[in-house]
Amino acid sequence: MALPEQKQSATDTRLAGLALPTGGWIESNRREALGRVTSMGLPQRRDEYWKYTRPDMLLDAAAPQAALLESGESPVFDEIDSLKVVFVDGVFDAEASDDLSLDNVTIERLADIGASDIHWAKSLYGELEAAGQKPVERPFAALNTAFASDGIVIHVTGRPSKPISLVYRHESESSDAIMHHLLRVESGAELTLLETGPAAARFNHCTEVDIADGGTLHHVRAQGRDHERKAVTHMFARLGQESVFKSFTLTVNGVLTRNECVIELTGDDAIAHVAGACVGDGEFHHDDTVFITHDAVNCESRQVFKKVLRNGATGVFQGKILVKAGAQKTDGYQISQSLLLDGDSQFLAKPELEIYADDVACSHGSTSGAIDEEALFYLRSRGVPESTATDLLTLAFLAEAVDEIENKQLAEDIVTRLENWLARRR
Amino acid sequence: MLEIKNLHVKLEEEDKQILKGVDLTVEAGKVHAIMGPNGSGKSTLSYVLSGRDGYEVTDGSATLGDQDLLDLEPEERAAAGLFLAFQYPVEIPGVGNMTFLRTAVNAQRKARGEEEMSAADFLKLVRERAKALKIDAEMLKRPVNVGFSGGEKKRNEILQMAMLEPRMCILDETDSGLDVDAMKLVSEGVNALRSEGRGFLVITHYQRLLDHIKPDVVHIMADGRIVKSGGPELALEVEHNGYSDILSEVA
Repeated sequence: MALPEQKQSATDTRLAGLALPTGGWIESNRREALGRVTSMGLPQRRDEYWKYTRPDMLLDAAAPQAALLESGESPVFDEIDSLKVVFVDGVFDAEASDDLSLDNVTIERLADIGASDIHWAKSLYGELEAAGQKPVERPFAALNTAFASDGIVIHVTGRPSKPISLVYRHESESSDAIMHHLLRVESGAELTLLETGPAAARFNHCTEVDIADGGTLHHVRAQGRDHERKAVTHMFARLGQESVFKSFTLTVNGVLTRNECVIELTGDDAIAHVAGACVGDGEFHHDDTVFITHDAVNCESRQVFKKVLRNGATGVFQGKILVKAGAQKTDGYQISQSLLLDGDSQFLAKPELEIYADDVACSHGSTSGAIDEEALFYLRSRGVPESTATDLLTLAFLAEAVDEIENKQLAEDIVTRLENWLARRR
Repeated sequence: MLEIKNLHVKLEEEDKQILKGVDLTVEAGKVHAIMGPNGSGKSTLSYVLSGRDGYEVTDGSATLGDQDLLDLEPEERAAAGLFLAFQYPVEIPGVGNMTFLRTAVNAQRKARGEEEMSAADFLKLVRERAKALKIDAEMLKRPVNVGFSGGEKKRNEILQMAMLEPRMCILDETDSGLDVDAMKLVSEGVNALRSEGRGFLVITHYQRLLDHIKPDVVHIMADGRIVKSGGPELALEVEHNGYSDILSEVA
């Protein structure tokens, strides 16, 4: 079926600037993904799924410039003992990275796995992304699978002694990075994956996570402070029986950030938690789009998203829980809340539940509000200055999302970033 | 120490006069009680003094020492030594009680140009003062007033008072929602803070709180004014005869 003219031309424009990496088994996976892109076309403003977020800046052939942020702040998670994998403007930097060897895990560069004839990732590359195109299309993810120039491939076979930390540096004002990561967590294995840094002027990240029965992945991400950053990210996760996936994202600043998270609970008794805290001031647009499918019995899913917005910043939340027929005893929870620090900011929320099983417990809530005047007065009456009191209440608002991070050291580091952000706005 | 002169206050939102000329002086070291029927303006007086929004002072003054209270922000009034124990203490989810106390203590010290209290000194002090009020470590860790019983909330108010060491304390119906034991505990906490340099203004409906916190002076407030003042015996008179006798007497 032919695409509408405008969509066709936008897609052609974007693809014209890209070259599909060739060679190895991976090329056919890439070509299949390219087929998905050309048949779907890239998102347009009129597309329902992009109603609240304009995709224009993601469609331009060249990345719009983004000034580098000079900051005296040490990188997030710098103090955490981890194996660091560094990418500069989307390109793996071996010099800056640690040696990629760690117990109970195999770490490879995406560019290296395509060459070998037999590789465990052969079937996985693009598989979860392709599956995630239904029932809602995610063309930027398919584009990523087709054109990703770098990324990391992680095979977790046990419990590595420390987290793997992906560090994204941004050094060129016009960099356009497309990165694709693959993770396979084997039965009973457990990994903590950290992601941090501004990455590039514009970036498109796609991560496919396959968690086998009883496997666990903790994911904590801190998206960097660059004001002019444009980003679209996708996280596709497939969860086996009794597996656990917990993901938290902090977003500070950024003209445009769209984080999509697509989770399939395919084994009984699996647990998926996704949470996010974002703070935006002025020219800031942040979109959390989550789609969780329950396709097994007695699974638990939880979404907790909090946004603090001021000076005309915009927050978007599109969260869906789909409970398939037969996914009995599903426990689904979803909350999205915004704290609007002034009258110019806005929060657009679209919570959705679609349930085909009859024995489930699903709840969702969404609120927008200002600082609680009663609480503010109470704090001030005890001598706490208004600005400090507002900061305390703002952090308290975000706490419910930050509390989703199990590792207290990581959570504290996130809180420090939030405190710094508030302090810079005094 | 606290001097209120001819204070007239109306609600900002509606054109309704609540206080119609309050005159009151609380000396250092003294406990004054204000009693009065519902709607007489007792709580409004406490809110206006502490700087809550929504009220407009149309005439009169209120000073603490040499400071004009009405000119100050709520936090400045607190730093000047004013403390209001709320009738309904506010729950603040997400803010730990300990963090709250420490932030408040140090903010006031900073405002007064004093050195901030170290974490260790603070911890020692708060444990000691909490113990006297039977506030356990668990209550200190929990978010401010969240899930606290009525009695726990009021004890938490007194703990804040003990930590902040104000020179002028206003207690707004601190007895409401307390059982006999809790009232005793709270009163003991207040009595322990009585000192030469500190004044108290205790607002209450009932005489029973005044059995525990013995006032030096009792005022009867009605329709936005102090209509009668006297010694502790005035509270007993109210207890026995109600307000109507006094009100008809002064009418």
